[in-house]
Amino acid sequence: MAAYPRKTEATGLLGWVDERFPVVQTWKDHMSEYYAPKNFNVWYYFGVLAMLVLVIQIVSGIFLTMHYKPDTGMAFASVEYIMRDVPGGWFIRYMHSTGASAFFIVVYFHMFRGIMYGSYKGKRELVWLIGMVIYLALMAEAFMGYLLPWGQMSFWGAQVIINLFNTIPFIGEGLSLFIRGDFVISDPTLNRLFAFHVAAVPMILVALVFVHIVALHTVGSNNPDGVEIKALKNEKGIPLDGIPFHPYYTVHDIPAIVVFLMAFFAVIFFAPEMGGYFLEFANFEPANPLKTPVHIAPVWYFTPFYTVLRAVTLSPFMGTLAMFGAIIMLFLLPWLDRNPVKSWRYRNTAHMLNLAIFAAVFIILGYLGVKAVTPEYKEMGVRMTEIYFLFFAVILAHSSTNRGRYLVWFVVLAGSLIAIDFWRYNPDDLVSAAQIKWQWVWPIGYLAVTLLLPFFVKGCNAEKTVPERVTS
Amino acid sequence: MSNSIRKWIFVLLVPIAVIGVIGSVGSGGHGVALQSANVNLSDKDSLQRGAKYYANYCMGCHSLKFSRYNRMAEDIGLNADNGFTDDQVTAFLKENLIFTRDEDGKQVKTGSLMTNAYSPKAAAEAFGTSVPDLSLVGRSRGADWIYSYLKGFYLDDSRPMGVNNTVFKDVGMPHVLADLQGYQTLAHQEGDDHGAAKLVLSKPGKLSAGEYDRVVRDLTGFLAYVSEPAQLSRKMYGILTLLFLMVLFGFAYALSKEYWKDIH
Repeated sequence: MAAYPRKTEATGLLGWVDERFPVVQTWKDHMSEYYAPKNFNVWYYFGVLAMLVLVIQIVSGIFLTMHYKPDTGMAFASVEYIMRDVPGGWFIRYMHSTGASAFFIVVYFHMFRGIMYGSYKGKRELVWLIGMVIYLALMAEAFMGYLLPWGQMSFWGAQVIINLFNTIPFIGEGLSLFIRGDFVISDPTLNRLFAFHVAAVPMILVALVFVHIVALHTVGSNNPDGVEIKALKNEKGIPLDGIPFHPYYTVHDIPAIVVFLMAFFAVIFFAPEMGGYFLEFANFEPANPLKTPVHIAPVWYFTPFYTVLRAVTLSPFMGTLAMFGAIIMLFLLPWLDRNPVKSWRYRNTAHMLNLAIFAAVFIILGYLGVKAVTPEYKEMGVRMTEIYFLFFAVILAHSSTNRGRYLVWFVVLAGSLIAIDFWRYNPDDLVSAAQIKWQWVWPIGYLAVTLLLPFFVKGCNAEKTVPERVTS
Repeated sequence: MSNSIRKWIFVLLVPIAVIGVIGSVGSGGHGVALQSANVNLSDKDSLQRGAKYYANYCMGCHSLKFSRYNRMAEDIGLNADNGFTDDQVTAFLKENLIFTRDEDGKQVKTGSLMTNAYSPKAAAEAFGTSVPDLSLVGRSRGADWIYSYLKGFYLDDSRPMGVNNTVFKDVGMPHVLADLQGYQTLAHQEGDDHGAAKLVLSKPGKLSAGEYDRVVRDLTGFLAYVSEPAQLSRKMYGILTLLFLMVLFGFAYALSKEYWKDIH
């Protein structure tokens, strides 16, 4: 048992508190004596930026809630009231709408950083999993918030998403009825999504962020070299390559935060709609359940998964499964990428190309999701979806640099692609057949670059030795 | 390969792959090409003319129900900075712009929302559809669309109002500005896929083509302003904010440098 009363070196008010709450120890554990690797690069700013955006969203959200009315008859007008009559209301609202997009931008960079440097390895699986749950909660939060202005895209976007649950066999109809609270999206739907958006999900998000950081501080931060800094310590038990988070990283983060805020406020003040991507033009028209828009596009941060949904035309349910599967696959990364080397810096060139192509494919999927479907774009959506899922097989194949395995993997994966194409190919459907006949180059080319290249070119399969100490 | 070369390949490969793959299928341009409205919201005279035309030609049917008379007057330059007293502005608004009455039959106050007396039911009987409020048309459709739309009416006997529109096919409303512009006819009928439809003036109105363009530009500018009043001031705040952040960056960077000079 701990000593009673608690021993503390602090005096005065701090001493009084410290006898009752471990404020000094908490500060030391997470700030002044949390040793972070000294070689963090720009990619490591996105974690703190994500926390900053979370705070911006909560604070601006509180002020919006003071003026917003969750009622189908008043919601749209109350948003315009905020934009015109509430002093500074437009500023608060643009902070919130820009913050939503900024949140996803920083979170996508943050996640990609984790993939590049293998930050889910070395007892860090839970950090990654909790992060993925945060990402899911964030998507739910964004989706629910988007219904609140009650514009055309709010209504019809929610219609598309909630109808996804309809596709589940047997329970689908009942489930979507349960979610809407009505047979159509209406006042009860708006009310419950408002409740989730302003109370339930934000609480979950804050709690998860707390757990994410506790888990991270338990195992220690990874770094661009993927070196475990706790392996080498000095006589006092301090990692040789570690520096106290406070003051070094706190002061290091401030200039980055200022740069982020410059971009953030530039959008708010000069281009709050961001060309229709942050605030969709069609959402400036009030929701009209009788008038289906010609082109329903979700907000940009959902579009990669929307393209996956549209690409799988086997059945609506399969499309839904593919869309959720695309997110589930990310959860599994720590168990798919079994290569002991963490950072791409010391992995082979094929792995580096694999990551770059994955990033590009994610952006292309996002681009296709905002575009109307043409035969070319439809087939491209299918091909990019194939690469998206192949990425996870290839990352498993890259777990060891055994060249023989690459060839087996190539034959199996390319064979499955060709089998799917034979099954999809319908010579009577001239337009789509013509597209299938040439766009196969994307996934096959992808497999060639990531599997055949390291098989034939030895240099592209060479891994480097991970140094003992971090570099620069 | 050295890591710095690999890093550059990595950085460049992503945009090259994105542009290359998307560009491989070419872009299918479709939809009507819009004319550029070129509105200038700092031109207060133009905004005031736009407000006048809107009150005379549009507001009988199309309300601006999220906007308020006095705020609008202030924003378009009817304010103390330009030598107008509050009483003058009130008198001007009551004489020229405010046509609606409250339940006691009194003219509504200058702080009221810019609604009109046209009921949705009456509109549905007259046009077979509701008449949209135009507070946000500047954002949902954009200035170029409004400008092209107002210039896009042409004679079409098959339509109930006798006119059709190049950017809004089978529009329900009549050509309200016909006495100014006159009537146009469509030179290339449907079926001719080549080239955009061309409109020719078949019956001139009171204004020349250039004068009509100016009227339409004034109206478009006014609607663009009404769609987001904050846009008149937000850029100024943006410049001040960025200037502040630049100074803050200098201090933050120097502080960080100072702490980090002993980390090697």
